[in-house]
Amino acid sequence: MSLLKDAIISAIGEDARFSENYQYPSSVVFCTVPKARFADAAKTMKKAYALLAAEWASEETPWFGIFACYRWGAEYLIVKTITTMDDPTFPSLTKKFLPAYRFERQMHSLMGVIPEGHPDLRPWIKFEDWPQDAWPLRKSFDASKPMPFVKGEYKWARAEGEGVYEIPVGPVHAGIIEPGHFRFQAVGEQVINLEERLGYVHKGIEKLFESMKWEDGYRLAGRVSGDTTVAHSLAYCIALESMSGFVPSARASWLRAIFLERERIANHLGDIGAICNDAAFAFMLYQLMRLKEAMLRANAELFGHRFMMDKVIPGGVAVDIDEYGQGKILSELNMLEKDFEKLVTIYDENPSLEDRVKNTGVLSPEKARELCAVGLVARASGLNLDCRIFHPFPPYDQYDRIELGVPVLITGDVHARTWVRVQEIRESIRIIRWFIENLPEGNIIGTVALPSSEKAGFAAVEGWRGEIIYWLQSGPAGEINRCMVRDPSSVNWLGLEQALPGNIVPDFPLCNKSFNQSYSGHDL
Amino acid sequence: MIRILRQIFRTGLVTEEVRGQEESNINVVGGRLEEIIKKRFRGSLAIRQVDAGSCNGCELEIHALNNPIYNCEQFGIHFTASPRFADMLLVTGPVTRNMEIALRRTYNATPTPKLVVAIGDCGCNGGIFGKSYASVGGIDKVIPVDAYIYGCPPAPAALLNGILKAIEGKKG
Repeated sequence: MSLLKDAIISAIGEDARFSENYQYPSSVVFCTVPKARFADAAKTMKKAYALLAAEWASEETPWFGIFACYRWGAEYLIVKTITTMDDPTFPSLTKKFLPAYRFERQMHSLMGVIPEGHPDLRPWIKFEDWPQDAWPLRKSFDASKPMPFVKGEYKWARAEGEGVYEIPVGPVHAGIIEPGHFRFQAVGEQVINLEERLGYVHKGIEKLFESMKWEDGYRLAGRVSGDTTVAHSLAYCIALESMSGFVPSARASWLRAIFLERERIANHLGDIGAICNDAAFAFMLYQLMRLKEAMLRANAELFGHRFMMDKVIPGGVAVDIDEYGQGKILSELNMLEKDFEKLVTIYDENPSLEDRVKNTGVLSPEKARELCAVGLVARASGLNLDCRIFHPFPPYDQYDRIELGVPVLITGDVHARTWVRVQEIRESIRIIRWFIENLPEGNIIGTVALPSSEKAGFAAVEGWRGEIIYWLQSGPAGEINRCMVRDPSSVNWLGLEQALPGNIVPDFPLCNKSFNQSYSGHDL
Repeated sequence: MIRILRQIFRTGLVTEEVRGQEESNINVVGGRLEEIIKKRFRGSLAIRQVDAGSCNGCELEIHALNNPIYNCEQFGIHFTASPRFADMLLVTGPVTRNMEIALRRTYNATPTPKLVVAIGDCGCNGGIFGKSYASVGGIDKVIPVDAYIYGCPPAPAALLNGILKAIEGKKG
């Protein structure tokens, strides 16, 4: 029973053809519509209160497939339409769903398909010094050759008027962070517009996947965004496993969940510290970095890598945990919890910190919904979204036993994003304990059959930033034809742009840190 | 306030001595780094970190150098906000095509004499990303590199050892 499917059937009727045996897992509904009805499908989804999760294109010679993935509660529905090589146009969804604005610019830049009716087709990720006809995701593009530099200019959004000035920042920033360019239009201290320009760390990841073997892809997925290495390789593995109906052993799944929660805690600890540091409260940064370091060292000792990179592999996990390791994790969590709660009290009782983080960088619930924000950014702005609840893999599917609490706040400010992290750390500590105490016995690895030809696999995993989507497609010879990666950053960067106007320029680092989106995960 | 002070005293000093550990083969005692920085850099080595295209894994470990456990400032190492004040560039890679120009400009903005250290497997040789339309490869394809620190990502102790190797190699 799928409400989204019913909505499509009643609105599009027989024009929508539902395919069985193509898209896996079968819980994800897949339908094909004629090009002319692609926007109608989006309208229907909008009416059904669904959100746009991702939009992408794939070359299926001799045509392009255009895909839009919608999410409503626990349901995912993918709508596909086809456009030809001679006339690679399709109706833009930007007017129905705002995040399509970036998705379509990206598709236009990298695949060379044309969203008709899109208000702004400046290149995205592709820079103005690339040759105009360089579309790396097309099959005819030779990815091994360097591209020549050409002349071109990027047209920035401009504000005019007395006293308006512009501040360009980046790509090389002052801190130890990734590169990206931000352009502020400001009057006095107040920001009136922020425009992001990303793409500096575009490494051609999606193209590189197409030249890789299925069984090796998890390594690349683990390097899409280094801080989310577990969640990314996990999403890749689940998508791959779904294509052959492989189900990992209970022990493997539980270990994956333990890795995922440990990654969440470590990153949240660092983020809360860094947010406080940007509000000139360095004490918290040093205290929390100490706790984070302890976790990373335990990871190195127990699992062989500080970030557990390459530990989630197709078929299961690469490393098991013994009695000693379980005891170590439990005692470490006790220490962590004790110290963390003391620090939370200090955070909570510090009026000068409160003054900086409350009502700063507000992303209103209306805007968050309009932008289809995901993850902790969405939860801080009133959207109740979490794949661990709505699209769970074992052990998260045992709701009544885990009783996972998902914090949702509605103020959407820096404080809300910090507080969601605080609550999530508490929940993660609690559920890791539960996972360890109830860890099933068994193998940690099984053999995954390689996908047969012309199938698609899908996975949505709640990483620490939010929902990560992988969509895999096998080609006629059973090779990787397309691997679509949607990091939460692909959507949430838009949230930062929307949250900043009205704030003062010096609060930008604070706001940016509270979102802490990945550049690498976005640029791919 | 009393809670903050209490937490500070309860935590005490957590900074560790750096010993030669993990993947590095140089045997480092914390003092060694300090000694050379004192001698060659008048006690302070200013580092500018440049991400030329990494997955941000290396950045996490460079961040960790500043945490109270490693506390790299104890040896006179500090990270500056601008290449204009830097003695050394710590560059993570691979160098993407879109960052190539920015990396060159950052290098040119750094006063000579300068040191460049390539961080991580990708910074050293392009790593898993290799060479493609979007990735130029290792840092030395774009600017001269004085030392290489391998690892994916290199652990903080390996980073300190690598920095030491770089400043030991440079005379005067």
